[in-house]
Amino acid sequence: MRRLLLYLSIILTGVLFISRLFYLQVYSSNEYNLDNDNAIRKVYDYPKRGFVYDRNGKLLVSNQPSYDVMVVPREVETLDTLEFCSLIKIDREKFIKTLKKAKKYSSRLPSVFVSHLSKEDYAILQEKMRKYRGFYVQKRSLRHYETSIGANVLGDIGEVNNTIIKKDPYYKMGDLIGKQGVEASYEKTLRGIKGVKRIQKDRFNRNIGPYKDGKLDTIPVQGKNITITIDAKLQAYGELLMQNKRGGIIAIEPSTGEILTMVSAPSYNPNLLIGRGRSKNFSRLYTDTIDKPLFDRGLKAQYPPGSPFKALNALIGLQESVITTEDKFKCRMGYYLGRKKLTGCHYHRSPLSMNEGIAQSCNAYFVNVYRRIIDKYEEPYDGMNVWSNHVKSFGLGNYLGYDLKIGNKGRVPDGDFYNKWYGKNRWASTFNISNAIGQGEVETTPIQLANMVAAIGNRGYFYTPHIIKTIEGGTINSKYTTPKYTTIDKQHFEPVIQGMYDVFNKGTGVALQVKDIEICGKTGTAENFMKINGKKEQLTDHSVFVAFAPKNSPKIAIAVFVENGYWGSRFAGKIASLIIEKHIKGHITRIDLEEWILKHSLKNEYAKPYSGEALKINRYSQLQIIEEQEYYKLKERLSKLQNQ
Amino acid sequence: MLRETNRHFKFDWTTIILFLLLVSFGYLNILSASHSGSSVNYFNLSQPYGKQLVFIFFTFGLIIILLSIDTKFYERFSSIIYIISILSLIGLFIFGKNVNGATSWYGIGGLTIQPSEFAKTGTALAVAKHISDLNTDIKNLKDQIQTFIIILIPALLIILQNDTGSTLVYVAFFFVLYREGLPQIYLTLGIIAIVIAVSSLKFGSVVASIIIIITITVYYFLNKKRPPILQSIFILIICIGLSFIVNFFYKSVIPPHQKDRMNLWLRLEKDPIKLERMKKTFAYNLNESEKAISSGGVTGKGFMEGTRTTGKFVPEQHTDYIFSTVGEEWGFLGSAFVVITFVLLLLRILHLAELQKSQFSRVYGYGVAGIIFMHFLINIGMVMGLIPTIGIPLPLFSYGGSGLWAFTILLFIFVKLDSNRINEW
Repeated sequence: MRRLLLYLSIILTGVLFISRLFYLQVYSSNEYNLDNDNAIRKVYDYPKRGFVYDRNGKLLVSNQPSYDVMVVPREVETLDTLEFCSLIKIDREKFIKTLKKAKKYSSRLPSVFVSHLSKEDYAILQEKMRKYRGFYVQKRSLRHYETSIGANVLGDIGEVNNTIIKKDPYYKMGDLIGKQGVEASYEKTLRGIKGVKRIQKDRFNRNIGPYKDGKLDTIPVQGKNITITIDAKLQAYGELLMQNKRGGIIAIEPSTGEILTMVSAPSYNPNLLIGRGRSKNFSRLYTDTIDKPLFDRGLKAQYPPGSPFKALNALIGLQESVITTEDKFKCRMGYYLGRKKLTGCHYHRSPLSMNEGIAQSCNAYFVNVYRRIIDKYEEPYDGMNVWSNHVKSFGLGNYLGYDLKIGNKGRVPDGDFYNKWYGKNRWASTFNISNAIGQGEVETTPIQLANMVAAIGNRGYFYTPHIIKTIEGGTINSKYTTPKYTTIDKQHFEPVIQGMYDVFNKGTGVALQVKDIEICGKTGTAENFMKINGKKEQLTDHSVFVAFAPKNSPKIAIAVFVENGYWGSRFAGKIASLIIEKHIKGHITRIDLEEWILKHSLKNEYAKPYSGEALKINRYSQLQIIEEQEYYKLKERLSKLQNQ
Repeated sequence: MLRETNRHFKFDWTTIILFLLLVSFGYLNILSASHSGSSVNYFNLSQPYGKQLVFIFFTFGLIIILLSIDTKFYERFSSIIYIISILSLIGLFIFGKNVNGATSWYGIGGLTIQPSEFAKTGTALAVAKHISDLNTDIKNLKDQIQTFIIILIPALLIILQNDTGSTLVYVAFFFVLYREGLPQIYLTLGIIAIVIAVSSLKFGSVVASIIIIITITVYYFLNKKRPPILQSIFILIICIGLSFIVNFFYKSVIPPHQKDRMNLWLRLEKDPIKLERMKKTFAYNLNESEKAISSGGVTGKGFMEGTRTTGKFVPEQHTDYIFSTVGEEWGFLGSAFVVITFVLLLLRILHLAELQKSQFSRVYGYGVAGIIFMHFLINIGMVMGLIPTIGIPLPLFSYGGSGLWAFTILLFIFVKLDSNRINEW
């Protein structure tokens, strides 16, 4: 027995040690990963971020050097604080505070003392730098926007946040990432791949040489340059026209789906979101809840489309063979069911056929068409679904799939939608005739509308709208080069297109004609509401206009909407016709129209909800003319633009 | 001639192979822990790995000498070896050199020698000699006291030199004495005292007392013979008293820096800020060594590939913390291999000791096993955070000439004694 004590103690100790080893090395040890080894310091070599060019090869975004003053606190010696502070433009208090903070982080390791010094400040500082021991200047690369336009398209870059770092191990604290616009959607193309050097550290955090003699180190892959579909000149012109107004312009090239122009107003200069001023400027833009400059209206403003939607109903009616182009409907200043007026209309000739129905934008005509479509089937549920599928084939009611911020889905109701709303089969076509004139439950975004007219202009197909034209040494996603077909047969388009052409000839857009260009378009208004002091109040209608031109083989399809601009041709139509002329002819012949748009502001309209006075909308709204001085400024911008 | 050859083959080759395995694997890890840069000059005498190679070289000479000396010499001269050991320890108070707070080194030229390493062998020989004396009976109190004195003299001298770790090794002789018939009561009391002390610190005196009361009551009623009630109550009071005394002692007498170590070991410190601070101060080594071991995973990062070893994150890694190199570079498999090799060596020594016909050889063998076991237990236990930090090398493995030679002498005297067991009577 006595001899067992040491035997057992030895065996027990052996078992205990092996269990402990198992616990430490197998059970609780995470899979060893070189990237998480804090004995290895990783030094990153950041590649050049790719440039962005417009469709005509104009450089829009490049890089600029930026200079950060770095400090290693333990090496700092007594210095002329006053002179140093004036050189780097900070005050003494900030100097002391920053130095303290750096010391707290580490006295041996460098930390940023002042970031984003301007080139001029750097030039002066550089000569005197050697006087300040412990400080040195580190060069970094920042974005440089060669233009003041297209902030919503180009986007910006900023430091990654923790959510992204957790999701994508490529990004480390302090790395830059595209935040908006193409900077975000083509982040991986533009950024390249950073190189990494692994350096063995010792316990004092000193470098003691390359890890494994640098065998695992990688060299950076440069970012690729991209060309976007935007026409910078047209974009600048669009932004100029939208001065003092809110809204969006989307212009698409129907034959390719390329987005020519994408204006969201009010906008901001993209150079605001660079360098030292970035966080201050960003929070100012972000917190501006009245103008919402960061809200991309072209992609996100979702409203009932109004009259432009009528063209679709005409197409569906023809496709479903419930009407012919010659069928005439009566209009008694509105549509009546029995003695009850379901919708009003303005004064025009009656009865009218399809061509005039479109050109005059007759509500009663389209309610009749719509009812015939829905009532073609025994159950309105089936009719509704057929109608809904036709509408959706134009890219409405769902994400379009473009390569920009995801935007909004819009809304296209179907049978289930109304079953949920009214109860199963407890409704009929008369319950939702507003859909006939684009005012009911249908909602769209401007880019969806532009795409819809592109599909009409193409007579039945469209390419998914996109912003990317070419990638240096790469190809663009094939979904942007494959056409998508609508459910409407080609032959049904001609009469509808003729109607849209007659909008300019004899209809609601007569005043908007452009010499030598056959434009097909449709005016519209969108009712809109706002919560004021908790009460839902109606505001002046949004002015909406869609068009494509020329009539045969269209080069441009456009959707313009101007918030609270009232009727369609009042603001949106004028802007659309100017953009079309600019794009096709390259110059403007109707100077008066251009001047009118520049001169007129809707700021008085936008101030109404905040004035505290009772709202006076639509026919009570008055045109506001901007001050002479401001007008001259805009004219100057215009002439600069023309000279480019 | 025939007799001569036979004698060489009587050495226990299992022990010798295990010894060689540990020494050579130890050398590889010292090389890894102490080299810097990519090119290694194996004979660079300014570096630990170069020196260790020289130490190992001399070890083979030492082994030949040890095995050539006649068996009778060790038994006959054990008292003299013991006295020389004691004198060398006393000499430290006059000529000693202070390294890391312990005055346990002689400096001769560039070399340093640590006599406490050799004193263990002297003590083992002396204890063996004393117990195997025909006049000694360990069951007698007088002989017990005499034996204790033999053990305590070097132990006390070493503790006076502020080398707590080496002193603890002398607990090894308890195993020896117990095997040779030390009364059971020492073991029982020892275990009970340790259990009460540790549980009082960990759970507090009140909880510990409740456990003691329950245990003794249950024992009292389950025991068919029913021990006298007064005796049971007396034992109960002593135990509870001990529990409170330990806590009182811990709170008011133990210096704070040692208390921190105990707190960390007993996992009593819950404050994360204080824990972080501990990891940066006295627990730095332990924390780094645990991290290095954990990072090795199952198979390790490979020889000379350990990032924490190369970066010298674990201080003293080539000496006391050498096992963390094994953990990082050779992983669970390599570490378990080292643990198993030690266990096999120890069991082999014990097995041989039991086979000895002479009591001297058997007691000495037990002493060898006990001493190596204590080093093994304390060193690896410490490096893995199982016991509080106590500086003590891993036998045959850690860097250091004194240690390597002392353990070689300790072990090979036994190998020599064992080779002669057939001739013994």
